Amino acid sequence: MTALSALIRRDIRIALRVGGGALIGVLFFLTVVVLMPFAVGPDLALLSRLGPAILWLGALLASLLTLDRLFMSDHEDGSLDLIAMSRTPLELACAAKALAHWLAAGLPLIVATPVLGLLLNLDMVATGAVALTLLAGTPALTFTGMIGAALAVTLHRGGLLMAVLVLPLSIPVLIFGVAASQAAITGPSSFGAPFSILCALSLVSLVIGPFAAAASLKHGLD
Amino acid sequence: MTLIDLANPTRFLALSARVLPWLAAATIILLTIGLYQSALAPDDYQQGATVKIMFIHVPNAWLSMFVWGVMSVASLGTLVWRHPLADVAAKAAAPIGASFTFLALLTGSLWGRPMWGTYWEWDARLTSVLILFLMYLGLMALWRAVEDPSRAARAAAVLTLVGALNLPIIKFSVDWWNTLHQPASVMRMGGSTLDKAFLIPLLVMAVAFTLLFVTLHLAAMRNEILRRRVRSLQMMQASRVAFSSEMGTGSRQENASTGAA
Repeated sequence: MTALSALIRRDIRIALRVGGGALIGVLFFLTVVVLMPFAVGPDLALLSRLGPAILWLGALLASLLTLDRLFMSDHEDGSLDLIAMSRTPLELACAAKALAHWLAAGLPLIVATPVLGLLLNLDMVATGAVALTLLAGTPALTFTGMIGAALAVTLHRGGLLMAVLVLPLSIPVLIFGVAASQAAITGPSSFGAPFSILCALSLVSLVIGPFAAAASLKHGLD
Repeated sequence: MTLIDLANPTRFLALSARVLPWLAAATIILLTIGLYQSALAPDDYQQGATVKIMFIHVPNAWLSMFVWGVMSVASLGTLVWRHPLADVAAKAAAPIGASFTFLALLTGSLWGRPMWGTYWEWDARLTSVLILFLMYLGLMALWRAVEDPSRAARAAAVLTLVGALNLPIIKFSVDWWNTLHQPASVMRMGGSTLDKAFLIPLLVMAVAFTLLFVTLHLAAMRNEILRRRVRSLQMMQASRVAFSSEMGTGSRQENASTGAA
């Protein structure tokens, strides 16, 4: 337990300090959202209708951008081999690393959402709904993305390939995340059903992600 | 003859060489019967003659999921039992499965144009099959990204097993989301709703397509085994060249080591 919490603390500290790059994700998120009015035109009514989808896409791309840091730097300096050799099961270590990554890179995205919602002319309820669905959905993005990150480490030059492999897996999360936030804003349909599926997706990825990532790491490191 | 006897590639090559002509012949016969029967099948009272696209479309769609299932079993073979031919089977199946998926999407959109008035709709079943197609392509890219086949095999096996989660989503998408695509009518609780005049040709075509897959898969596996033999022969030759020039003058040593790498 202390080994895992030490690992989490270490990863968060590395991510937040100089060169860690976790907060670059927020900057990227802001840039994507700012680009949207240039693409669809500065029509505030249209933007508020597209708002949840834009925020979700931005968060998805931002979390994809930071994913390759999850294992890559540890692989380069050799600490990944030490983690793999330690007595802690690699699956738990992967889960701890993903949790730390979500705390350092995913949570700031959710904190930034209300500010970005203002730019997109979303009202309070809509912003709250989007932030809530992001809170429920981004763990799924991190834990499924971890599988791609683990594969990419073993590939050496797999950065772009990782994006291609991970994005199809993240489509269900995107569908239900946007569906739940749209339901809260406009729809006659209920918020509960898509939101519970979103939570279920996160829980499933919480179980599958560490095992798949640890398996591909074990086979890749040799 | 058990599965483990086939672990010897030479024995597998010998056996598959004997089986392949029979399989190919059976495929051709069944495909002929199936196509003949589907041509004779009556027109649908609603859809007219276009219903005959079904006899091509539905087997392709079934096979697109069946092939991923075969690849998942093969991936278990790679990761759990370390069966030497399992990764050959998984690698050889991916392009075939991608082709079936592509044909299912293509025939589906050709069928959708007269029936639904659109080539493409972002409907649950269509979208999830498109995702399956993307995952086939990603998997094939992953196979090519790693040089050492056995290393690539284990990475691809993990991804195949994760991707298998998509299969139940595709299967039940028409029941969970009530959208454009019609609900399941052949394999469902309480028996098929299809008339016998359509059901029998459809099932014959399904068996014929499965045989087609088995034939193509065996042939592709043979190719893959031979390709790996060629690769290891080339590696051996390269290292022999490097070794013999290392024995020669010292000035050629640098050339030789780059040639071996």
